[in-house]
Amino acid sequence: MPKEASFLASSIGKKIVMAVTGIMLVGFVVGHMAGNLQLYLPAHGGEHPLDAYGHFLRTMLHGAGIWIARGGLLVAALLHIWAAVTLTKMNMEARPVAYKEVKSQASTLASRSMRVSGFIVLSFLVFHLLHLTLGKIGPFEEGKVFQNVVQGFQSPVISGFYILAMVCLFGHLRHGVWSMLQTLGLSHPSYNTLRDRLAFGVALLVVGANISFPLAVLAGFVKL
Amino acid sequence: MSHDMNLTLQVWRQKNAKAEGGFQTIKAQAISPDMSFLEMLDVVNEEIIKDGKDPIAFDHDCREGICGTCSMVINGRPHGPKERTTACQLHMRSFKDGDAIAIEPWRAKAFPVQKDLVVDRGAFDRIIAAGGFISAPTGTAQDANGLPIAKENADLAMDAAACIGCGACVAACPNASAMLFVSAKVSHLGLLPQGQPERFIRVRDMVAQMDAEEFGTCTNHGECEAACPKGISLENIARMNRDYLKGKLIERPAVAGGGGV
Ligand code: HEM
Ligand code: FES
Repeated sequence: MPKEASFLASSIGKKIVMAVTGIMLVGFVVGHMAGNLQLYLPAHGGEHPLDAYGHFLRTMLHGAGIWIARGGLLVAALLHIWAAVTLTKMNMEARPVAYKEVKSQASTLASRSMRVSGFIVLSFLVFHLLHLTLGKIGPFEEGKVFQNVVQGFQSPVISGFYILAMVCLFGHLRHGVWSMLQTLGLSHPSYNTLRDRLAFGVALLVVGANISFPLAVLAGFVKL
Repeated sequence: MSHDMNLTLQVWRQKNAKAEGGFQTIKAQAISPDMSFLEMLDVVNEEIIKDGKDPIAFDHDCREGICGTCSMVINGRPHGPKERTTACQLHMRSFKDGDAIAIEPWRAKAFPVQKDLVVDRGAFDRIIAAGGFISAPTGTAQDANGLPIAKENADLAMDAAACIGCGACVAACPNASAMLFVSAKVSHLGLLPQGQPERFIRVRDMVAQMDAEEFGTCTNHGECEAACPKGISLENIARMNRDYLKGKLIERPAVAGGGGV
């Protein structure tokens, strides 16, 4: 009998890392989407609520808050990617000779494209940070969150990539939220339908709201 | 005889574990729709033997859908096109005259091809040997109902015990994962009182062996459940994940004289 592998070396251990970090990342994208809904609020007192929100995020807990959040998210993202890469490697090695013919019965486009959708979301994340956090892409003014977002989305290229990434995020969450609950052992006939709807609902909510932002700017509904 | 069929088979042929294999096109003539898929292969093999050539090697035993020995991917699906049906219970009436049928062995690193369609499923035996049993000496059989078992648990354990260990789950999984098989064995014993003393050691040991055999890992596609001739449910995988997590959380370092839960 092989010596029992440590938790992190075992297949299920890695899957659980993936699921737990997945919960953290889902929490982040939901919160991030909710915060951004302030894009639709009117400016008052010369300052847009989105700018005030950005200021709040950067100054909460005397400026420590945002670094705690960033640190947590960075660790979660790195662990998620580490688990994704190591598990994918195991899975690819497990079938060295491919079939001539495969007729899928149950898998979905979302489940089959998790690696691709994850990779595109990651690339988008880097782009997004360069764009709206570091200001390395396009016009950018520190602290002027509303202005930076609107000017950014007026570019069809930036909006296009954003929308593409969100479509990928939809697939990733559609399968990922369902899968994550399965990995954590949460499967029971009494709530499996609910679990499936939850995954669909979270994906639709986050991605639907996120995609509305560039569309609203491109349509001229939200403007400076 | 008016309904007899002529088919074109594309069969994976491989001399031995080390040889390189390839697909061979073989005609199957005058096949009755009432034959099972394996009987069709028997007829084809008779012809091959008459020609003095090597017949197609394939695994089979009970031909009743209960032993789990037959194992082939037929037109891209383990055990062929019919749900909840092993290859030996599949009938040729599921095909049409003139059909082309691709026949391949299970494909997984952990199931090396021995010859043609025969793979070595010893990995499953080693997973069972790692913990898929109860080691309490049970003595003589107890009185029926001497040990109370909730009806629901008895049913779920029975459903899990329906696994015949054929390996179709591994064959169907895009990751060649064995988690449906292992979870069926873990659930079958973990749901019954007799399985409780070793419940958490069992899941840890069986998962360790599963990983050591280099199966892939579950990404919850659900292909295994769809391919399983016995309809083993994905819920078993969730139960195994749950037990594994709990088993790891309550694991004590080994001390002289035993592991413990
Ligand atoms: C905002 C970013 C992300 C969120 C919210 C997220 C969320 C999730 C969740 C909830 C899961 C399910 C965990 C499980 O299977 O139990 C998952 C799985 C996965 N993620 Fe992500 N993820 C994100 C980014 C990424 C990135 C950047 C990559 C890769 C570079 C990635 C690759 C994967 C892979 C390969 C899986 C496993 C697929 C499967 O189980 O079928 N994810 N993700
Ligand atoms: S030969 Fe026994 S199950 Fe098919």
